[in-house]
Amino acid sequence: MNAPSVPLGQRSAVIALRAFLERFGLILALLVLPVVYGIQDLSTEGDLSRLANNLVDGLSNGAIWALIALGYTLVYGIVELINFAHGDVFMIGSFVAAGFWGALGLTLATGVPGLVAGLLLTLIVAMFTCASLNVMIERVAYRPLRNAPRLAVLITAVGFSFILQNVGILWRGGQQQSVDNLIQQERQVLEVFGVVISRGDLLAIGVTLPLVLIVTTFIARSRQGKAMRATAQDPEAAQLMGINVDRTISLTFLLGGLLAGAAGLVYALYQTNVWYFQGFTAGLIAFTAAVMGGIGNLRGAVLGGLIIGCIQQISDNRIGGEWTPVVVFGYLIAIMTFRPRGLLGEQTREAG
Amino acid sequence: MTSLPDFARTRNGRRAIAGAVLLAAVLFPLAFDPLATQTDVAIFVLAYVMMGLGLNIVVGFAGLLDFGYVAFYAIGAYTIGWLASDHFTGIGGEQGIHVLVSEFVQTSSGIHINFFGVLIAAMIIAAALGALIGLPTLRLRGDYIAIVTLAFGEIIGRIALNGDEITFGQYQLTNGQQAISPVDQPFLPGVNYEFDSAFNLRPYYWTGLVLLCLTLFVNFRLRDSRVGRAWIALREDEVAAASMGVPLVRTKLLAYASGAALGGVAGSFLGSYNNAINSNQFQFSFSIFVLAMVILGGMGSIWGVAAGAAALAVIDRYLIPEVFNDLPSTFGLDFQLTQLSFGIFGFLLVLIMVLRPEGLFPERRRKLELTEGAGTDETVYEVRM
Repeated sequence: MNAPSVPLGQRSAVIALRAFLERFGLILALLVLPVVYGIQDLSTEGDLSRLANNLVDGLSNGAIWALIALGYTLVYGIVELINFAHGDVFMIGSFVAAGFWGALGLTLATGVPGLVAGLLLTLIVAMFTCASLNVMIERVAYRPLRNAPRLAVLITAVGFSFILQNVGILWRGGQQQSVDNLIQQERQVLEVFGVVISRGDLLAIGVTLPLVLIVTTFIARSRQGKAMRATAQDPEAAQLMGINVDRTISLTFLLGGLLAGAAGLVYALYQTNVWYFQGFTAGLIAFTAAVMGGIGNLRGAVLGGLIIGCIQQISDNRIGGEWTPVVVFGYLIAIMTFRPRGLLGEQTREAG
Repeated sequence: MTSLPDFARTRNGRRAIAGAVLLAAVLFPLAFDPLATQTDVAIFVLAYVMMGLGLNIVVGFAGLLDFGYVAFYAIGAYTIGWLASDHFTGIGGEQGIHVLVSEFVQTSSGIHINFFGVLIAAMIIAAALGALIGLPTLRLRGDYIAIVTLAFGEIIGRIALNGDEITFGQYQLTNGQQAISPVDQPFLPGVNYEFDSAFNLRPYYWTGLVLLCLTLFVNFRLRDSRVGRAWIALREDEVAAASMGVPLVRTKLLAYASGAALGGVAGSFLGSYNNAINSNQFQFSFSIFVLAMVILGGMGSIWGVAAGAAALAVIDRYLIPEVFNDLPSTFGLDFQLTQLSFGIFGFLLVLIMVLRPEGLFPERRRKLELTEGAGTDETVYEVRM
């Protein structure tokens, strides 16, 4: 290179800048939207309540993405597959939830005890339906390709995603369908300094937080969780140590499906509409979240989900919902290109 | 006397077969009336085969999984929408800008450039976009490439959809779901032949056939060229290829650009034939549709991909909407088969990948790659002995 022509002081400044960007570039990039709109709010309205409201809505939205992102990151961590059909499993979860509470006869008129019991039952049904669906997909479409090139598996995943979307179309047609706003999610629970916290926000956080804690504890503490971590690290060595790798992988898909089912119910209650395409969009947002946090990293997936929820909410509210996918995909491309290991993740093989 | 299969294997035999197929293809539309559905389907077959062959360069030759091919369809279609329609009414004064167009178009305002000129422009623009999209993927491998290209495809689709909000003065970037329409028809200066898809589909068919023959020629030449061999080396082992002196950046970008260029040409052709450029045409499912052509036929095999694309085009354009559409209702089911077309393609993808991952007509080398794994060591060992 033409290094001698650059003065020494300038060079070390460049290196320092590079090191700085390497460490904090992604964080800076993520702060752009809130900071810009925060300054704008301060100058026009004099306080930050609008931004704060965006962030609260963003966190509860993000809680849903976090649940889905965990499914991506679990599966990627263990079989290095982007489970493209995962978003559509979540969609089926929403459909099952809406269908099941309809069958239970839950309506806006149902009393509180009945509603709580009914929704808990719905949650369990949605979770287990999605879990068995996810395990079934793994069994039918991914396991036969265990030794095939990895791109082959990715293609079957996309194929399954389309199949599930069509199941959705057959089930509820091609249009968005509104469902009963059972919990009246927009009703205000409390207000702190102009920040409104609604029932929907509480629901999303209230379902996500315990589930995330349970899953992370399960993986960190239980014997099966240990087997999962071992398989993720080195499947062959794990097999030699007597771990049933196929069963462990099934268990991973089961966990991912459980979380996707829960997300499906929360989404249906929170957004009060469902449609076959929600899974595709949600899947990509959640995948972005997983990559943002560092794919394979559970805490990263939750963090990424919450952040992407906030970004999405700010973009919906300020730029316009029709441009939100562009913003999210812009972040996805930028992260994959410049920092494929994400915020908390390890260097992956793809990232090279 | 040699038997027929033997004759088919000789060089003259292959030429004879190719000539016969070409003759049949040229004469095909004359067997039906000028506006026949068969010709309409055949035109889509031609365009889809072109796209399949374009994607085959990226996925099949270079082994870069591209989930965003629809971006090039979109850019090709919008190129003809911008350069050969009334979209930019008022540019260039009252008369508009006209370059070698038919008398019929001469009077209308906006930019009107000859169809074949637009094809070249579309090729260049799409190639540039292809290289641009390829840039961020250079350091990535495998499924990350797929996701980055998917994200780009979605961004382009979104820009097409919301393009009516992006304005330059009085002009919108795209018309979103309102569609840019009508689009000029092809015109050969000097030849006073009227291209009009409202009265006669045959000229379009023949134009497409010529374009497809050129595409096939380019594909074969590229595959056997220095850069084509570099692509295949890259696909088989990137590290080994790089250490043998294959310039990774240039080779990869060339693959993206050449694949995109073909997609752009096919997009322009389809845009003109559809006579409307609507943002709903450019969705992720289309990228996967084209990918399914490549996979069905056999990644990397030119004839295989052409056959796969033709088969899927016929299924998508003819069998599902025309022949089997009412099949569910005969079983007492309340839907039409067209609603399910992408589920059918998804099912096909899963089926092929599980049962025959090398595709229906695999390239010999590719087949060996895919069947590698158990038992490979033995074969290598035997060869060395």
